[in-house]
Amino acid sequence: MSVQIEIFLQTLIAGLLLGGLYALIGIGMTLIMGVMKIINLAHGELMMVAMYIAYWLFVLFHIDPYVSVLIATPVMFFMGVAIQKYLINPVMKVESILPENQVILTVGIGMVLSNMATIFFTSDYRSTPVDYASNAFYLSDYWRDSPIELSLSIPWTVSFILAVIITVSLWFFLTKTDTGKSIRATAQDKDAALMMGVNVERMRVVTFGLGAALVGAAGCLFIPIYYLYPALGGKFTLIAFVITILGGLGSTIGAIIGGLILGIFESMTATYVGMGWAPVGRFVIFIAALIFLPGGVAAILRRHKLGK
Amino acid sequence: MKKWLPYIITGLLALLPLIGLSTYMMHILILVIMWTVIGMAWNLLGGYCGQVSFGHAAFFGIGAYTAGILYFKTGLSAWWGIPLSIFFVSVASLLIGYVTLRLRGPFFALGTLAIGEVCRVTAENLRDFTQGTLGIMLKERTWIDKTWYYYIILGIAVFTFISIRKIINSKLGYYFVAIREDQDAAESLGINTTLYKTIALILSGVFTGLAGAFYMNYMGYIDPEIVFALHDISIITIMVVMVGGVATFWGPVVGAVIMVLLAEMIRSIPRLGVAHQTMFGILLILIIIFLPNGIVGDFSKIRKFFRFGRAG
Repeated sequence: MSVQIEIFLQTLIAGLLLGGLYALIGIGMTLIMGVMKIINLAHGELMMVAMYIAYWLFVLFHIDPYVSVLIATPVMFFMGVAIQKYLINPVMKVESILPENQVILTVGIGMVLSNMATIFFTSDYRSTPVDYASNAFYLSDYWRDSPIELSLSIPWTVSFILAVIITVSLWFFLTKTDTGKSIRATAQDKDAALMMGVNVERMRVVTFGLGAALVGAAGCLFIPIYYLYPALGGKFTLIAFVITILGGLGSTIGAIIGGLILGIFESMTATYVGMGWAPVGRFVIFIAALIFLPGGVAAILRRHKLGK
Repeated sequence: MKKWLPYIITGLLALLPLIGLSTYMMHILILVIMWTVIGMAWNLLGGYCGQVSFGHAAFFGIGAYTAGILYFKTGLSAWWGIPLSIFFVSVASLLIGYVTLRLRGPFFALGTLAIGEVCRVTAENLRDFTQGTLGIMLKERTWIDKTWYYYIILGIAVFTFISIRKIINSKLGYYFVAIREDQDAAESLGINTTLYKTIALILSGVFTGLAGAFYMNYMGYIDPEIVFALHDISIITIMVVMVGGVATFWGPVVGAVIMVLLAEMIRSIPRLGVAHQTMFGILLILIIIFLPNGIVGDFSKIRKFFRFGRAG
């Protein structure tokens, strides 16, 4: 029996840690979606680019992936700004039959990025051999007579804590600073924000940069615990999308909760159903959310007068 | 002249194998026609009804697997998969529509994308049924020569073209366009948008499924990575229509010709072969920025550009 509990708790912890990182990816997408009403289908590919930056910084200059968060995040911010300014903005002005053109455009950007990565870095699986990769805290080290044994991998924990710190500082940015407030105003009502003197065009550019920077930070946090290959982008784009649907479109709190739910659910599926089915579990949640919870977690929060 | 154009083109295409083309040329032609079918099917849903799908690989794959599993489990000819796929793909489309048509615009696009991936992962994991990643292989193909395959896919293409043309010029087609232009306005005018969107999805899915079932018979081998591929099927489908022209009859035809030839050309250049997705991506970006309605849709723009060039 205690083994059962042990497995369950261990799975829960693994899911929670994974969920924290997922939340960071989801927030970036939710921000972009809220402000621009478009889905960035190159989201995972941007994360892949950040991961390659962190990887090469580690291999060439022996910079720890956690330090390269400080380098990769600004780089990704400017990349996001450039994409928005020179590719997406011109398309937003063009008249066409399908309004989904911008989404298809991001698909094109994603294709170019992942294919370029394949050409330059080959499609080999890579990972950063940090020396603390397999270290872990054990519950029995701290509590000798503990009836159950649990372990907490160090890189996972550090990544999780950093993800929480980034999320909290983002929250401060969005609620306390002028730029943050303008971004939220743009997301709520573009025209009203424009009347109030918010430079909507510039907020769009900043938001896209911010979204890219967030997913870039997530990429750096992922690299000590995950392997890296060029086609990884598509997988994470889908994850980000599932989180945003689960959390409620454009809701930041929803994205955090959605990320945690998805992380726990995935890790449960992997333990109790089978490794190969973990992606299916992801989609089951997605479809269930669409059918039974169309507004996502945000709708429940609103109903109970929590959140905004 | 314009009225007779489809007949003339069909007639010419029907006579084409008689002049003795090489096997490779026939293969290219078959691929072009197959992609035309898929493009026309996508165009019905995406171009006319305005529901951009990123998951047409789901219908293609279900069609292909209908034929494949039929052959593999019962030993019947995989050709029976073509009529059977109509039934199975309709049922699947109904279910997919039930889930995804609650979403609008870009969210529908991503919903279908996820459905396509669900199909792929499911096909990979249901090993008893689909052989998983091993795939299904026909022990022997019906004909060595490609001529019959050519006529069959040409038949499917003509059937698709005529049906879609009939649908678009009927009342149903006007409903579709109304939904594309403004869903709320259409709803308030008494159009049952959910019903008509589902009809468009099923029709579109069935035509794509026919192409999938044909693919199984023609290629003789399928696995989940091939037929449920996101980039190689779903995205190429969108590109065929985007390049050719959204919501035009001839757009998918033009798009299929360009895309298949381009793919073959890039693949044949040794060092450029790996970069074919970059090329496609750049082409997609350029088309969206400069010709958002495709070559056929923005033909007047192209003509004006060249005329301007001549005058200057």
